[in-house]
Amino acid sequence: MSTIPLDYETLRLVWWLLLGVLLIGFAVMGGRDLGVGALLPFAARTDAERRVLLNLVGPTWEGNQVWLVLGGGAIFAAFPPLYAVSFSGFYLAMIVILLALILRPVGFKFRGKVKDARWRAVWDWALFVGGFVPSLILGVAVGNVLLGAPFHLDDSMRAFYTGNFFMLLMPFALLCGLVSLGMMVTQGAAVIAGRTTGPLAARARTYGTIAGLATIVLFALGGLWIAFGIDGYAITSPVDGNAAINPLAKSVDLVRGGWLANYGLYPWMIAAPVLGFAGLAGAVIGLQARLRLPTLLASSLAIFGIVSTAGLSLFPFLLPSSTVPEASLTLWDASSSQLTLFVMLLVTCFFLPIILAYTAFVFRVMRGTVSTQSLEKNPNAY
Amino acid sequence: MIDMTVVELSRWQFAATAMYHFIFVPLTIGLSVMMAIMESVYVMTGRDVWRKATLFWGTLFGVNFAMGVATGIVMEFQFGMNWSYYSHYVGDVFGAPLAIEGLMAFFLEATFIGLFFFGWDRLSKVGHLAVTWLVALGANFSALWILIANGWMQNPVGAKFNPDTMRMEVTDFVAVLFNPVAQAKFVHTVSAGYVCGAVFIFAVSCFFLVRGKHVELAKRSMVVAASFGLASALSVVVLGDESGYIATEHQKMKIAAMEASYHTEPAPAPWTIFALPGADGGAPSFSIQVPWVGGLITTRSLNEELPGIDELVEHAQTRIRSGMIAYDALQAIRADGSNAEARAVFDEHWADLGYGLLLKRYREDVGNATDQEIAQAAADTVPGVWPLFWTFRIMMGLGFFFIGFFALWFYRASRGWLETNKPLLWFSFFLLPLPWIAIESGWFIAEFGRQPWVVEGVLPTFYAASGLHFWDLVISLGFFVTLYSILFVVMIFLMVKIIKAGPQDKLFTSADDDEDFVVAGLPATPANKELGS
Repeated sequence: MSTIPLDYETLRLVWWLLLGVLLIGFAVMGGRDLGVGALLPFAARTDAERRVLLNLVGPTWEGNQVWLVLGGGAIFAAFPPLYAVSFSGFYLAMIVILLALILRPVGFKFRGKVKDARWRAVWDWALFVGGFVPSLILGVAVGNVLLGAPFHLDDSMRAFYTGNFFMLLMPFALLCGLVSLGMMVTQGAAVIAGRTTGPLAARARTYGTIAGLATIVLFALGGLWIAFGIDGYAITSPVDGNAAINPLAKSVDLVRGGWLANYGLYPWMIAAPVLGFAGLAGAVIGLQARLRLPTLLASSLAIFGIVSTAGLSLFPFLLPSSTVPEASLTLWDASSSQLTLFVMLLVTCFFLPIILAYTAFVFRVMRGTVSTQSLEKNPNAY
Repeated sequence: MIDMTVVELSRWQFAATAMYHFIFVPLTIGLSVMMAIMESVYVMTGRDVWRKATLFWGTLFGVNFAMGVATGIVMEFQFGMNWSYYSHYVGDVFGAPLAIEGLMAFFLEATFIGLFFFGWDRLSKVGHLAVTWLVALGANFSALWILIANGWMQNPVGAKFNPDTMRMEVTDFVAVLFNPVAQAKFVHTVSAGYVCGAVFIFAVSCFFLVRGKHVELAKRSMVVAASFGLASALSVVVLGDESGYIATEHQKMKIAAMEASYHTEPAPAPWTIFALPGADGGAPSFSIQVPWVGGLITTRSLNEELPGIDELVEHAQTRIRSGMIAYDALQAIRADGSNAEARAVFDEHWADLGYGLLLKRYREDVGNATDQEIAQAAADTVPGVWPLFWTFRIMMGLGFFFIGFFALWFYRASRGWLETNKPLLWFSFFLLPLPWIAIESGWFIAEFGRQPWVVEGVLPTFYAASGLHFWDLVISLGFFVTLYSILFVVMIFLMVKIIKAGPQDKLFTSADDDEDFVVAGLPATPANKELGS
């Protein structure tokens, strides 16, 4: 379409960046609630403490989760082949994530409604699973993207997946899962330590410090593994960023340590892993120094750095194929049409600032610490 | 060849998860608006009973909303999980409204829902009212975008197949947005949600009146529900007819099946009230008909013919043959992109490509299909007639019933006869499940009636499924059914508990409450001290 003021290549690049923004948005915002969920049984020992934690994130968690819903919707709208291949390929892993995510809204809502220790223990467990499992599996999924997924496409663009669920649990993928879990837990701990006092905050500081330090080690280990342990993918044929999508039209080579190639080509990209390490270190220091907002900021920056590292290392790949590398999906050959990308960009440019504004408003209204007294009064408290 | 068992299981899973999700959606839509109305009255009059009512219905709304969110996230992801070829084939068109739904509607609703529950003592009266309206607005916008997406599956306008990318691509976004089917569906579905919310509030209030509890709150809620319900029930039926009318343009087969009309009737067609299937399960052997009404409902005229199933099947054969030409031309283009001749042929026949794909069920090389296979594929275009015939009558009957029901109560409310007739109150309470029966019937007609297509005329359902394995589906379906069943029981248990406990009013007072059900108040009672230690 000649009437579209942005060329196809630019739109694809912009949407790749936007997808990154949405996924980082989920990891930072949703990470607060997932981390708190994963810490629930450990950081909070009594029912009163658990209620404080749940009501701390309760008023905002639903909005935070929409980042994930929107991330899914954006993949569907902007990169339909990626949505089609990855979600069906990782089918049982997706089912596990979904079952865990289903437990969250009901866990929050139902737990406080009955005053019975066993009832509440069940929903505590549900909320823990709802925080722990998605944090871990989403990281495992990213690990599998880095490893490449066993899929191929026929000429009609139908996808065939030749792996199974247990093949997803490769050591490298599990390491990525632990990095993801570690950064979510650090984020959750930063939230708890920042908005509670007493033993609750003390435990959050301890767990947050452990998680932060462990994530530094795991993230470094992941970097070494990528450099020396696994193959990266590289396009070896000329790339036309304006061509109609056809993932089968390119040739792809596997290169040991190839996922580090981009850092040689574009040295500024090194800022991402550096931010990951610095943010984690900052969060640990902030926790120990009992700083509130700076800790959360550092932890959020760590997530930004770590997720960006994965995205930048893969660039321009979205989902490499381990069995038929030529069929790998890249942002150049797995996007929507130019018109759809353009219209969706306009819609996003209009709504995203509004979303950020009212989210900030809601966080401002709900700021401050949670007291047991305020819980007592509100029939809808969690 | 496509594994039809996997396709069938995928369909069952989608039907189960979608219909289950839609137990909660209409109640969210209806209750959100009615809560906003009640809170508006509170802000305008300052009368405390309205605030109490908003809080009470809000608590039930919250439990329902949690279930809606829990089941909604599955909907967002399972297109890619179970219908990956669909996601590729129409994602360029279908993905956009889903993403916009998130950007414009769900974000709004989910962000402000927290303030709705937790902002009572942090916002001014008017500020909180604004939040409640924003939640309602979010819920309704959400329906708009989902129905734009669904409307496109029923009437795929504004898009064209691109042989170079092997998918449907948007040519005209405005056409997708203002798809008449989507617009009619939106008004119809949202109105149905309002009826659902009204019946819910009305029935629970009847229960309170029967028990002589919370009389003031119940009576006021009933007045709102009866008037809002009457307007919505009228809108559902009048604008429901509108979607029947529109369907004749694009979905003649669905209408013919809903009417079990096998042979083209001379205009104006009669409307069948009751019919029995013939010996072969096909054309009716016995029927009671009202002359003219069918033609009026479906074509809005006395002289336009309503084609019967047999005629439409014959027409499908023509389109399948044209689709075979399109398919062969497409193969030629895929083999050699510069084949101008093939492109010319394809441009002429592309609109029938979907009909050609119907043959994929019988053979890979669609272009060489035999006459028998073509006839078979054409016969496949008939959806299940009798399930549609009856669900349509159930839905319509209930639609008219709701008008009568709310009209009666509207009249009684205006005469001040709300609590005088206990049997009538009991009767009204037990009508609680009816809106869900009507609504699920409606979705059944819309989706089952579209078969064998997932996108009308463009993509057959069986061709759209992911290449999953039998056991993938057994595992996922098993887990969904189990978890959903457990959660449903728990939700009903909680709702009954909340209703039995009645309105709680601790937000602005610090009244002690020694009922066994206490939603909050943790450190106050001995039992909770035990829990807390």
